[in-house]
Amino acid sequence: MDKTEDQTILKVEDIGKSFGGLLAVDKVSFHVQKGELLGVIGPNGSGKTTLVNLVTGFVRPDSGRVIFQGLDITGKMPYRIAELGMARTFQMVKPFYHLPAFKNIIIPLYSPRVKKLRGGKYGERDAVAIDLLEEVGFERDSFVPYKVASSLPHGYLKRLELARCLALRSDLLILDELFSGMSMSEVASTLPIIERLNGEGLSIIMVEHRLKELFRVASRVIALNFGRKIAEGSPHEVMESEAVKAAYLGSEAEG
Amino acid sequence: MTVRYRKERLDRGIKARCEDMFALSSYREILYLLLPRVLPVIALLCFPLLKGVVGLYWEKVLVITCAIALLSLSWDLMASVGLVSLGQALFFGAGAYLTGFLNKSLGWPYFLTIPFGTVGGALFCTFLLLPVLRLRGVYFAIVTLTLPLLFTRFIEASKILGGNAGISSLSPLPHLWFELYVPVLALLICLFSFRRLINEDYGLVLQGIRDNDLAVMSGAINIYKFKAQAVFIAGMAGAFAGAFMTHYYQFVGMPAFALDYSILPLTCAVLGGVGTFAGPTVGAFILVPLSEALRAFGTLRVVFYSAILIICVVGLPEGIFHYIQRKYHQFERMVEVG
Repeated sequence: MDKTEDQTILKVEDIGKSFGGLLAVDKVSFHVQKGELLGVIGPNGSGKTTLVNLVTGFVRPDSGRVIFQGLDITGKMPYRIAELGMARTFQMVKPFYHLPAFKNIIIPLYSPRVKKLRGGKYGERDAVAIDLLEEVGFERDSFVPYKVASSLPHGYLKRLELARCLALRSDLLILDELFSGMSMSEVASTLPIIERLNGEGLSIIMVEHRLKELFRVASRVIALNFGRKIAEGSPHEVMESEAVKAAYLGSEAEG
Repeated sequence: MTVRYRKERLDRGIKARCEDMFALSSYREILYLLLPRVLPVIALLCFPLLKGVVGLYWEKVLVITCAIALLSLSWDLMASVGLVSLGQALFFGAGAYLTGFLNKSLGWPYFLTIPFGTVGGALFCTFLLLPVLRLRGVYFAIVTLTLPLLFTRFIEASKILGGNAGISSLSPLPHLWFELYVPVLALLICLFSFRRLINEDYGLVLQGIRDNDLAVMSGAINIYKFKAQAVFIAGMAGAFAGAFMTHYYQFVGMPAFALDYSILPLTCAVLGGVGTFAGPTVGAFILVPLSEALRAFGTLRVVFYSAILIICVVGLPEGIFHYIQRKYHQFERMVEVG
């Protein structure tokens, strides 16, 4: 029992949230093991992004608990949760539009968390930022990291989100539809980065619509529909589940 | 067949690769970058020396201009964090009343009251605004607009701090040179340190909060701490203006919280160019002397003043400073097309 507790990095218990009369997330429970890549799927409006917002503190839950690395983080401020080691990307990209791309990365590098990890020193942030951007595919030789964020194509902005998370050197990474709006080639070049990060032992939650790519990297998947968890298991098990088929294709009874 | 022309814009030889990085190779290029920064500083420092030429009246206008410029710098710093304020008078009034109180009731001399008025006034305003720092845009603006008005009526009704009559016969400043050079130096220090601050990594975080506070929060940064610090720094600039003017007028009263001190700095910033700190300063150095120069027109003064303001804002919506900066860094020529 103790051993499994140690291996669990994130535990979500019966979390719920309603907006007005709409039940966005209804008593969802799940956990993430250390080093695991958990996929979250579900049709549009099934509560995936709300779930991410609840876990990362951007939305306060009505009920339930979130336990991260043994700490109850329910209702804490988003920056506190990020400081404890949980980084997230936004589905709707949120770059600092008028700053050059590498200066976007300097902002998380300025955080107390990074200072602590670096032994009290912030160090040469410009260089670190540009290295991080190169890691997610910003071509240094053509000065892409120096370009103003507002001039970058959407695919780059998505990867900028990823780089901003990597800057925090977090223990858990939550990717909220990272691949949406990316071209096939961008997805093909970003997927290995995620595989590598996961291979290095980083725990990842991936909310994704591109099931083929997700199932290549995910070890376990949960499926949501109308705010409820309808299936959990290996990618294969989840896709075979009747509830998931019904959610995506519509059940026979509903026509 | 008609010959058509198109305006072509070319950047000059030296170009900043990334805002603040330049590659310089000659004295000419160094001068090119240095002159627009050094010349205004020299002009500003020399102006008090020309007392005999321009007359004492315009020297006094310089002092008021510096005070308004400090307030507009303070406005611009808050705007850089996304806090649009309609109440710089709050800072001005807090600094002014604290200075007046320390001087009159406790008998402190000016060299203690001004620093204490500056820091104390800024601290007071920061604590006052702490609960509303999570507000943004127009909601924050309304709160800041209301607070100075609230204080005016509170002082009037409760008759504390001199009530309606204010606190008068405060100790004067020691010397005319002190009166003229302290605001000029304060303005220059404030201007260049703000410009420096915003380009540091610390300033990047401030700009990030303006662009997208959620993204800064997801970067494990406590945005409220940064907002409070920015309000404090901006508050110091505003409270200093209030503290200094209190001793300059040897009087502090309810006009310290007047709407003028809220609206004029904002107007200067918009006219001069938001977000550059140099812009609001330029704006102040146009609007305040202009307002004085138009006094000859009597009642029509406000009409001319408003008309000039509207023409400037419509004609140069980006702000005077942005416009001059762009023209300085670019060639323009007509080229044939088609």
